[in-house]
Amino acid sequence: MSNLSLIVVLLMLLAMGYQFGTRRSRNVATVNPNLRMHSRPHHYGMMVGLWAVLPAFMLLLLWLWLSPAVINAMLVSALPADIASQSAEQLRVVLQRINNLASNFGVVADAEQWELNAAEQLNQLKANSAIVLTALIAVIAAVGMLLSLQKITPLLKARHQVEKVVKALLVLCSAVAILTTIGIVLSMVGETMKFFSYISPTDFFFGTTWNPRFSTVGVGEQGSFGLVPLLSGTMLISAIAMLVAIPLGLMVAVYLAEYAPYRLRNIAKPVIEVLAGIPTIVYGFFALVTVGPFLRDLGNAVGLSINATSALTAGVVMGIMIIPFISSLSDDIITQVPKSMRDGSLGLGATKSETVLKVVLPAALPGIVGAVLLAASRAIGETMIVVLAAGNSPALTANPFEAVSTVTVTIVNQLTGDNDFSSPQSLVAFALGLTLFVITLLLNVMALVIVRKYREQYE
Amino acid sequence: MTIIAENPIKAVAPPSQVQQKVIASLQKRHRKERLFRSLGLSAVLISLALVAVLFVNIFAKGMPAFWQSAITLDIYFDPKIIKVEEKPVQQAGESDNDFRQRDLAWQTQLGFINFNRLITDSLQQILPDASKHRRDLARVVTSGERFALRDMVVADPSIIGQTRTLHLLTDANIDVWLKGNIDRSLPDEQQQLSPKMREWVDKLAADGVITSRFSLALFMNPDSRSSLASAGLAGAFMGSFYMMLVVILLAVPMGVAAAIYLEEFAPRNRITDLVEVNINNLAAVPSIVFGLLGASVLIGWFNLPMSAPIVGGLVLSLMTLPTVIIATRSTLKAIPPSIRQAALGLGASKMQAIFHHVLPLAIPGILTGAILGVAQALGETAPLLLIGMKSFVASVPASPFEQATALPVQIYLWQGNELRNFFEARTSAAIIVLLMMMLSLNGLAIWLRKKYEKRW
Amino acid sequence: MTNTVPVKISAKDVKVFYGENEALHGISMDVYQNEVISFIGPSGCGKSTFLRCMNRMNDTIEHCRVTGSITLDGRDIHEPALDVVQLRAQVGMVFQKPNPFPKSIYENIAYGPRLHGLAERKADLDDIVESSLRRAGLWNEVKDRLDQPGTGLSGGQQQRLCIARSIAVSPEVILMDEPCSALDPIATSIIEELIDELKQNFTIVIVTHNMQQAARVSDRTAFFHLGNLIEIGNTNDVFTNPQQKRTEDYITGRYG
Repeated sequence: MSNLSLIVVLLMLLAMGYQFGTRRSRNVATVNPNLRMHSRPHHYGMMVGLWAVLPAFMLLLLWLWLSPAVINAMLVSALPADIASQSAEQLRVVLQRINNLASNFGVVADAEQWELNAAEQLNQLKANSAIVLTALIAVIAAVGMLLSLQKITPLLKARHQVEKVVKALLVLCSAVAILTTIGIVLSMVGETMKFFSYISPTDFFFGTTWNPRFSTVGVGEQGSFGLVPLLSGTMLISAIAMLVAIPLGLMVAVYLAEYAPYRLRNIAKPVIEVLAGIPTIVYGFFALVTVGPFLRDLGNAVGLSINATSALTAGVVMGIMIIPFISSLSDDIITQVPKSMRDGSLGLGATKSETVLKVVLPAALPGIVGAVLLAASRAIGETMIVVLAAGNSPALTANPFEAVSTVTVTIVNQLTGDNDFSSPQSLVAFALGLTLFVITLLLNVMALVIVRKYREQYE
Repeated sequence: MTIIAENPIKAVAPPSQVQQKVIASLQKRHRKERLFRSLGLSAVLISLALVAVLFVNIFAKGMPAFWQSAITLDIYFDPKIIKVEEKPVQQAGESDNDFRQRDLAWQTQLGFINFNRLITDSLQQILPDASKHRRDLARVVTSGERFALRDMVVADPSIIGQTRTLHLLTDANIDVWLKGNIDRSLPDEQQQLSPKMREWVDKLAADGVITSRFSLALFMNPDSRSSLASAGLAGAFMGSFYMMLVVILLAVPMGVAAAIYLEEFAPRNRITDLVEVNINNLAAVPSIVFGLLGASVLIGWFNLPMSAPIVGGLVLSLMTLPTVIIATRSTLKAIPPSIRQAALGLGASKMQAIFHHVLPLAIPGILTGAILGVAQALGETAPLLLIGMKSFVASVPASPFEQATALPVQIYLWQGNELRNFFEARTSAAIIVLLMMMLSLNGLAIWLRKKYEKRW
Repeated sequence: MTNTVPVKISAKDVKVFYGENEALHGISMDVYQNEVISFIGPSGCGKSTFLRCMNRMNDTIEHCRVTGSITLDGRDIHEPALDVVQLRAQVGMVFQKPNPFPKSIYENIAYGPRLHGLAERKADLDDIVESSLRRAGLWNEVKDRLDQPGTGLSGGQQQRLCIARSIAVSPEVILMDEPCSALDPIATSIIEELIDELKQNFTIVIVTHNMQQAARVSDRTAFFHLGNLIEIGNTNDVFTNPQQKRTEDYITGRYG
C-alpha cells in the first residue's frame, strides 16, 4: 500500500476510534449511573482515536526513515562479490542504476543480467516491506484501540491525556521555528566547511578578486573567490538605498505623525505602505526598464557617464522599496513619544519644528535607529532588484555609476549555473549565504534589542 | 482691603527686554518652521508620486499586452491534408488499456500531419502574391496555433471537411510591428519582419483581417519558447497555486499552533525569550537564505525533486511561518484576559478556555495575518531560483510534485527574453496579474479587519 | 484702604468647543499682576481647559476652537500680529505630570533660552541655568550633576526642574496645571513654598484639585462647575463665606 493511502487509512482509523470511544464512554456512563464521568464523551473518543493512530503513525515514520537503508543493505549483500566490494561512491552509482531499472524510470543502457536480477529483487523487497508495514500498522492500531477502549472508566482522565497530546503538538510546532534556524545554521556551516576544504578562509574573506572559473571537481585552477568586491558592492548599494530611504522615510513619518491632517494621514499611510507589499521582482523590472535608462539619460544630459544597470540604479530603487519600512516603523515610534513631551516644549514657546527636532526625535532616536538597522538588514539581503539592476560585474569600485555585483547576486549566479553541486563554484554560495546570515543576524538582533528597550521605556 | 483692578486696555505695555529678544528671533524661526514643514510635505508627496509612477509605468507598459494581434481566417479542415483513420471507438470486450493504446496511436498519427498547411492554404486565399513568399507565409501565424488546430480535430474529428472561422494569434513580431513597439523607419536589415511581410501585415490590418483581440493565451497557455506569441501564465499560475496551497496547509496551522503555545502556555523564561528573539530574527532573515536552506536540506539531504512546487511550498512555508506566528501572537495578546478568566472561572481547562473562547475571537486577526503572509510568499522570487524553479517548463503542472515555475519567477524569465520589444509588455502584463492578485489578497485582509474589528 | 493693582490677563466671554461640543460657556474674569490665583472645581469642569486658553495650548488639540477675547497686558492674544511663540514665552506653563525632556538637567533648563536666543554667550546661559535652578530651589540638589539626565530625578525634583525650565525664559505669567497631583505630600509642600516665593516676580495661575492647596497658596480663588465660572473672589471669602450655593456644596464636600 502506498504511504499516502496508509495515511488516509490512519485518518479513517482516527475517526473510527473516535466513534467507538464516544459510544463506549456513553455506555459506561449508563451502566454506572451514580458515578460521574471525569471527562466529556468526545474526550474519550479522541483518546481512543489517538491511541489507535499515534503509535501506528510513529511506526510509519520510523519505517520510512529506516527501511531504505535496510533494503539497500540487503540488496548489496545479494550483489556479486566483485561489485559489492567497490568503493562507496561507485556503489552509489550502481544502486542508482538498479533503482532506475526497478522503477522503469530513465533510460538505462546495456543492463546486465545481475543488474536486472537485482532490480527484480529490489521490487520484491519493496513489495514485502509494504506488506509488512501495512500488517504491522493494522496490528498496532487494533491493539491500541482495543486496549484504550478497555480502559474507559468513569475515573479515567481522558481529557488530560488528550490535552497532553495537543500541547505536545503545539510545542512541536513552536519547535519548527527553532529547527529552521538550526537547519539554516547547520546546513550552511556544513557546506561552508566543505568549501573551505578547497579554498582557504583567508583567500575567501580577504581576497579582492572574484573570478570563479567554471570547472569540475579537482580539475585545474579553481579561480579566485574573494569576498571583498561582492561585499563592497552590497555595501555600496545598501548605502545608496539608505541615503534615499532614511531622509524620505523619516520626513514622511514626521510629517504624517506631527503635521498631516487626519484625512491625509489616513490616505497617505496605507498608500505608501503599498510600496512594502510589492514583490521585489517588480522593483527589479522597474529598475531595469525605467529607472536605469532614466538615470543614464539624466547622466548624459549633465555629462556624467552612468550605466543603465549600476549600483546607483539598484540603490535608488531599493531605497524606494525601503521607504515604508522606515516610515511606518518610525511613525509608530514617534507617536509613542508621550504628548507631555511635546506640550512641555510647546509650552516654552518652541515652534513645532523645534519641538520635533530637539525633543521628539531625540527622544525617539533609539527606536528610529532600530528601524534603520532593520531596514539596512533588509537592503543587504535584498536579491531580485540587484540581480536585475546592479549590472552583475564583481569589480571593486566605489563609483556608484558603475555596474557592481553583490553577495546575493552571486549566490543566485553560483547556484543556478551548470556547476556541479559539490564543486567549490557551487559551495561558495553557502559560504556567501552564511556571511549574509551572520551580518543580517547581527543587525536584526541589535535592532530588536534597541526597539524593545525603547518600547519598555514608554510603557 | 479693597482691590480695584486697573485695566490698561488702551495702554499696551512696551515689550520687556526678554520679549524684544524673543521677537527678534521670530522671523528666522518661522522661516525654519515653514522649510521643515514643506520638506515633510514634499517627502510625503514624493513617496506618493513614486507609488503612482511605479503603477502608471507598469500599467502603461502592460495593459496593451492583454490585447494581442490575431488574424481572422477561414480554415478549411482539408481531408486531403488531414489523412487519418476514423477516431477509434472502444469496442465491446476491448480492455481500457488496449483502447487507450489505439487512441494514442491515432493521436500520434495526427501529430505527423502538417496543420500549418491548413493555415497557409487559407492565407493564400486572401494574399494573392503569397505563393512566391512561402517562408513568410508560414510565419504569419504563430507556430503554437497549429497545435490548437490539432486539438480541435482530436476533440471533434467530424470537423474534417468543414470550414471554420477562427481567430489565430499572429507571430510575436507582427504584434510588435502593429503596436508600434519597433521603429518603423529602421533599415530592412534591422527589422524583424521582411519587407513583404510588413506590407502584408499593414494591408491585413487595414482590411480588418488582423485585429487586436483580448489575449486569452496569456491566461490559458503555459510558457513557450518556440511560439512566443502564445506564451502564457497558466503553468506559472498553477505552480504558484500549489505552493500557496502548501503554505496555507503548513505555515498557517503550524504558525497558529506555535503562537498559541508561545503566548498562552509557554513559561516566561530565558528559553522562551530566546525563542522570541529567534522568531523575530527569522522574520527578517533575507529570503535567499531560505532558498539556500531548501537547496541544501530539502534537495540535498531529503532528495526531494528539483523545481517542484512542493519544495517551493516548503521553503515559502518556513519563510512565512514567523510572519504568521507574530501576527497571531499580537492578536492573542489583544484579547483581554477577562475572557480567559471567565472561562477558567466556569471550570474550563486552560486548553478549553483557549480553544473554545479565545481562539474564535482571534480568528479574524489570525486570518488577516495569514493572508498577508500568503501574499508575501506569493511575490517571493529569490529562494525559488535556488531550488531550480527557474527552469523552463512548457506544460501546466498536474500535481505539486511535477516541474513547475511560479508567477514571480515567470516574470523573471520573461524579462530576460531576447525579444524585448514583445516581452517587455508581456512581462508587465504578468506583473499586473501578480499585483492584482496581491492587491486582492491585501484587500481581503483589510476587509476582514474592518468587518470583525474588535467587539469587546 | 484702597489699593490699585494692574490687570495682567483679562478674559471676556471665552467659549471653548471640542468639535460640536461646547466645553466652556463664556468665561469672563481678570487675573491681576503678581497674584496667585487658583482655579478649583470638580474634574471635567473646564478649569484646565480655561487655563490652556491663556497661552493658547488648546491650539495643539485638533478640532478645538476658542471664541471670545483674552488680553494679556491689554493686548488680544488671538490677534494675528501676536505670535503664539512670543505669547508662550511670556506665559509659561507647568504640567500635571512632571515632563522633563530626556536630556541632561542643564539642557532641560537651557532649552528655552537657546530657542529664544536669550543668551549670547555660554556664560550667560550658565547664569540663566544657575539662577533658574536657584529660584526653583533645586540648585543645591543638582549642581554637581547638571550633566545627568533630568529623568533620573525624583518626581518632586522633576516638577521643580520643570518650573525652573519655564522660569528660565523669564515669563511674566506661569500657568500651573495641577502641578502637585502626581507628587507625595513632602514634595507638594516644597512646591507650595516655591509658589509663594515665585509670586514676587510672576503672576501665577494654578489649577488644583486640592482645596487645601488652593487655600494655602492663592490670593484669590475661582470656582468652576460644568464649564461655568460660578464664583471668583479672595480665597478667604470663597472658602469661608461663599456667595453661591454650589460653591458651598463643593467646598463642604457634597460633590466633586
